[in-house]
Amino acid sequence: MTDNAKVVEILHAMKEAISENAQFLTDLDAPIGDNDHGINMDRGFKKVEADLPGIAAKDIGAILKKVGMDLVSTVGGSSGPLYGTAFMKAGAKTAGKMEIGMDDFLVMMDEAIGGVQMRGKAVQGEKTMLDAMIPARDAMRAAAAEGKDTRAVLDAGVAAAEAGVEYTKGIIATKGRASYLGERSIGHQDPGATSFTVLLKAIAAAY
Amino acid sequence: MKKIINAVDLVEEQMVEGLRKAYPQYVRRLDGTTVLVRAEKKEGKVALISGGGSGHEPAHAGYVGKGMLDGAVAGAVFTSPTPDQVYEAIKAVATDAGVLLIIKNYTGDVMNFEMAADMARDEGIKVDQVVVNDDVAVEDSLYTAGRRGVAGTVFVHKITGAKAETGASLEEVKAVAEKVIANVRTMSMAIRPCTVPAAGKPGFELGDDEMEIGIGIHGEPGTHREPLRPADEIVDMMLDRILADIDYSGREVAVMINGCGATPLMELFIVNNRVHDVLEQKGIKVYKSLVGEYMTSLEMEGFSISLLRLDDELKELLDAPADTPAFKEI
Repeated sequence: MTDNAKVVEILHAMKEAISENAQFLTDLDAPIGDNDHGINMDRGFKKVEADLPGIAAKDIGAILKKVGMDLVSTVGGSSGPLYGTAFMKAGAKTAGKMEIGMDDFLVMMDEAIGGVQMRGKAVQGEKTMLDAMIPARDAMRAAAAEGKDTRAVLDAGVAAAEAGVEYTKGIIATKGRASYLGERSIGHQDPGATSFTVLLKAIAAAY
Repeated sequence: MKKIINAVDLVEEQMVEGLRKAYPQYVRRLDGTTVLVRAEKKEGKVALISGGGSGHEPAHAGYVGKGMLDGAVAGAVFTSPTPDQVYEAIKAVATDAGVLLIIKNYTGDVMNFEMAADMARDEGIKVDQVVVNDDVAVEDSLYTAGRRGVAGTVFVHKITGAKAETGASLEEVKAVAEKVIANVRTMSMAIRPCTVPAAGKPGFELGDDEMEIGIGIHGEPGTHREPLRPADEIVDMMLDRILADIDYSGREVAVMINGCGATPLMELFIVNNRVHDVLEQKGIKVYKSLVGEYMTSLEMEGFSISLLRLDDELKELLDAPADTPAFKEI
């Protein structure tokens, strides 16, 4: 099980990972977006980091809800509402819990994906973060069903997310700003799918 | 990167403060936000709010004032403002007549403004929205996020603002906004990209002899790249796209030649000269022309052409008085 202190530690690791990858994510955004994804995500997670001490003792739902609110109010663009909604939805399912297990984490992923689909009006295959989130969730659920331990489940999720990022290179964007490029979006990996993978890798590494 | 700024993370804050200090007779700032609202709130009319990323100055705060907007929300450079900021704007300007949000069709803008509208409705505020999508460079199909909202948005601000000033209902004001949106089309190009301060380098590179066609207003690449040609040929190609999109024949139009931030007025007038000649040849009467910087993209060098089809109602509202920092109609 993972308690609230561990969740705070993982959130710190997520902030570090976004910070380290900020330039990379921004550079991915330049050819098919507007050159700011890493900058915006970094601003958001810096705000999360600043607020962590004040919420560290709270339940996991409250922590995640605050993270979502911070991202919504600081990231901007479309990533702010999307990641913000994802964390808030995940938080709503963990309200009052001081520790969570893999079952909870999979439910949180379901909720996060549902929130992103609702807010972004997107489905899988449109060259968005969903192309990493959905395969990662499915792979983790399958690995958990096979009775694998948490380490192996998270590794399976990261591998599927990375494959999802690779998959976005070959498809045309039909949602978001990259959709304006049509076929010119082929060959570029989706920055949102990439940032999700960065975050999931941080979770796996910090666990 | 060479810019007249103090620090990358102070750009938006210091721009908003500078704008406020320049025009205290028009705007006041909501404490702790990047929202500028009219210096004196006008009750009894539908309140109009627009906004978007910074970097489009004078949009959007430059259009706050009598006959146009009631509030403008500025996000980070080229990044939509966040829902909490838009929500503060809605609360500050809301009247019993309601609030209309004028959103440019960018995925992030739509999501953030919709989240704010949801929050305001939960508080019992009457809020509705229109989404401007005037950019003909982008195909409107199931396979894109739809056409972008660009410089034609300023016509929506002007005409919808005039309608709201008459005391019309939210439904009537929204209907006029949608009429403008249905009748305005824009096409843009650039010969030099711009640099988002926080990014430090341009969003795309162009050779000395190249131009980018179909750009948006966020420094993003356009739909394609071509060798640079004389101004008249560029205008002809852009007008072809606009005129093929909706039927302008025999109609009166308002023209906007919008500079992207670093285009000399001299060149905008050269463009306007050709636009008028072509429209005259085609039997399209120019009722009014606007030439200048209305919706910029930092220091991008380029321009957009917007054509608005007019009827008697739109002409009257276009001519109605407006008194704002960046748009005056006497």
